[in-house]
Amino acid sequence: MKFKIYPALLTIFFIIIFFVFYKGLQNSNIYTPPADLKKNIPFFKAKVFLTNEKISSEQIFKGDKFYLMNIWASWCVPCRDEHPLLMILSTQKNIKIIGLNYKDNKEKAKIFLKELNNPYDKILFDENGTLAIEWGAYGVPESFLIHKNKIIKKIIGPLNEDLLLEIKKLAE
Amino acid sequence: MASLIGFYSLIFGLCLSFLIIFFSIKNFKNLDVFDNKIISFTFLQFFFVVLSFLGLIISFVNSDFSNETVFNNSHSTKPLFYKISGTWGNHEGSLLLWLLVLTLFIFLFLLKSKNQTKKYRVLTLLFQQIIIIGFFIFLIKTSNPFNFIYPVPNEGLGLNPILQDPALAIHPPILYLGYVGSSVIFSSTLAATSLNYISKEWAKHIKKWVFISWIFLTLGILLGSIWAYYELGWGGFWFWDPVENVSLMPWLALTTLLHCILVLEKRLALTSWVVILSISTFTLSMCGTFLVRSGILNSVHTFANDPERGLFILIFLFCLVFLSLFIFFFFHKTQNKDSNSFFWFSKETSILINNWFMIYFLSVVLIGTTYPIFLEVISSDKISVGPPFYNKLIIPFLVPFLFAMAIGPKLSWIKSDLKNKSYLILFLIISLLLSVIIIKSLNINFLVNTILVTSAFYLFFITLRDFFIKGFKNLSQNLTHFGFSLLILSILFNNIFSTEIITNLKIGETFKTDKYKIIFENIEQKDEQNFKAIIGKFNIENSDGKTEILKPELRIYNQPTIVTSEADIKTNFLVDKFITMNLVQNQDYFNIRYQIKPFMLWIWFSVLLISFGGLISLFKKKYEV
Repeated sequence: MKFKIYPALLTIFFIIIFFVFYKGLQNSNIYTPPADLKKNIPFFKAKVFLTNEKISSEQIFKGDKFYLMNIWASWCVPCRDEHPLLMILSTQKNIKIIGLNYKDNKEKAKIFLKELNNPYDKILFDENGTLAIEWGAYGVPESFLIHKNKIIKKIIGPLNEDLLLEIKKLAE
Repeated sequence: MASLIGFYSLIFGLCLSFLIIFFSIKNFKNLDVFDNKIISFTFLQFFFVVLSFLGLIISFVNSDFSNETVFNNSHSTKPLFYKISGTWGNHEGSLLLWLLVLTLFIFLFLLKSKNQTKKYRVLTLLFQQIIIIGFFIFLIKTSNPFNFIYPVPNEGLGLNPILQDPALAIHPPILYLGYVGSSVIFSSTLAATSLNYISKEWAKHIKKWVFISWIFLTLGILLGSIWAYYELGWGGFWFWDPVENVSLMPWLALTTLLHCILVLEKRLALTSWVVILSISTFTLSMCGTFLVRSGILNSVHTFANDPERGLFILIFLFCLVFLSLFIFFFFHKTQNKDSNSFFWFSKETSILINNWFMIYFLSVVLIGTTYPIFLEVISSDKISVGPPFYNKLIIPFLVPFLFAMAIGPKLSWIKSDLKNKSYLILFLIISLLLSVIIIKSLNINFLVNTILVTSAFYLFFITLRDFFIKGFKNLSQNLTHFGFSLLILSILFNNIFSTEIITNLKIGETFKTDKYKIIFENIEQKDEQNFKAIIGKFNIENSDGKTEILKPELRIYNQPTIVTSEADIKTNFLVDKFITMNLVQNQDYFNIRYQIKPFMLWIWFSVLLISFGGLISLFKKKYEV
């Protein structure tokens, strides 16, 4: 029998697809965010908002300082509400606020900061939202209080006065 | 008790499969006439699956929580309607529904194919039984809907509230009629290929099944889309979500197949196209089942993330793929070269052009849907492919596609000329002028939008003209093409003219823009059978002083406890007004989203027109040019 090239190629092609799907099955696809309390923060590299240079998590969260990692976006209405509280918090010397700009338009984000001031020590740019997934975020806004590379408090949703007090207390 | 009957009916149904196969093979070899015993067996098999399905429905209606499926997906306080629709609102029950439609269709096929040869009928039945056995084993082994739990729980876990919805209650059965209809096409094509039976008569006979599946698939997708529009609260109707894509892919393949079958019936050409498309339509349906049921993609349709189930469908799917590859390459005889070379300016060529466009759209959707899986396996990067990808790749190609759709049906078979075609140019100028007038005054990308709107208007006017000139002649084709132009126009204008206001309001507050004033008047509470509702009352004032009252709801379902946001939509002939509210955590504010969406009704209506065109074709006796 004559060797037929197309059937052979197609068969190989489908076998490869089979194995890719098979491997894909083993990977769980449910992103159960693992960032529970007292867990180590994920190691990551991210773009800095204004300068576009890459920075790693080790360079950001140093020593035994307290950090508040705040996920925000200019399109997010509750972020606008909590922003004044962040401004207040930014006057605290012992807490540094790190912003994570989530799935945002850079220009709009700049206008947002111009309008409401910038409480952030550093801003990371998470253009496609993958960094927030690594952090186990559920949505915007969300804040993580970090001490010695561990998450000691996670706040889902916007900050309010009570939560602000609690953060200040924790950071004493 | 009902569960027990249901389970044993399944076993009997499976046993009947083997019996049918045994008698079919005997019949295939020995007798000259079709053995009517086989039809009785097929009916009996269908009957047992019906019995099993009724058993499951009764367990749901009686809230029999000793049945694991009922326990996981129902609750005694649920309204009766949703207890019944909950039967197929879960993985196990929906697979039973698949099986039900599979057995029903092959039974109908045998009844309706009396004019065909014995060998062809028997072989089709055999291929269909392979699929049926696969589903029986899948159901019994990995997704048994009749598992017992002991001790019997007092209460069930409840059905996900977003699935408690009338459109979604009938969406799965309708969609399955489409999917499973394609299985009959698959089996009969394989049978016809193996027997070298493909002919004009065969095309005429299988065409009915193609139309039936196509109509149901179209309606099924429409229902899913309507549901997403008012239940998910985004105000959109198509999200390019993987789950939507897997229903779109068989639809694209089936639509292409439909056009090829018409050529086959007329000219006995494009047979390879027909065979490949029949195979791909069904394998794409199966592939869709695999993608959403295995949990490899995340979606509302992922009922459970169970790799064992995924593995089973995967192996089964590829067995079918290899079987069809084998049959295609070793049995399919290409027809003589002559009938496959068309004159460039003819109806055949235009259908071929249509095919290649459709295949292109299909590939885009297929790649967009499966690429993230490939990427994750190969490089463990997670990405999601969203609307920008599809918009960029599909929209530019819509323009020539629409023009081809307008001009193609105007050409004659075999060879066409340009006599009496001057109106084609005239309509182009009219469409162009109209689009320029509409787009000019708007602050959007002029060139892109004008070209798009022009091409849609062109198809619109050309098909509209045919209604007056040709009347009822070729009505179904004209109606579907007209419906499609209407669909594209509605989607375009919907995109261009939509406006949206997002704001946070307290009760009593007012939000003002230069065009609208939104007054949040009050909220009231209401207790329903299985949820509590918080109903907001919004007074919306237009600039011309007209006011309208909209009442979106927040529903707190008790079993399981989930808060859903119900949009309030005021629909009229031209425009939809759409409002949703959501709680802002720990605050008195509600997040309000108010959208004005023009031509929504026309989107639904045009899809209905498209499927109605298919329906007319189904009842048409004579072949029309």
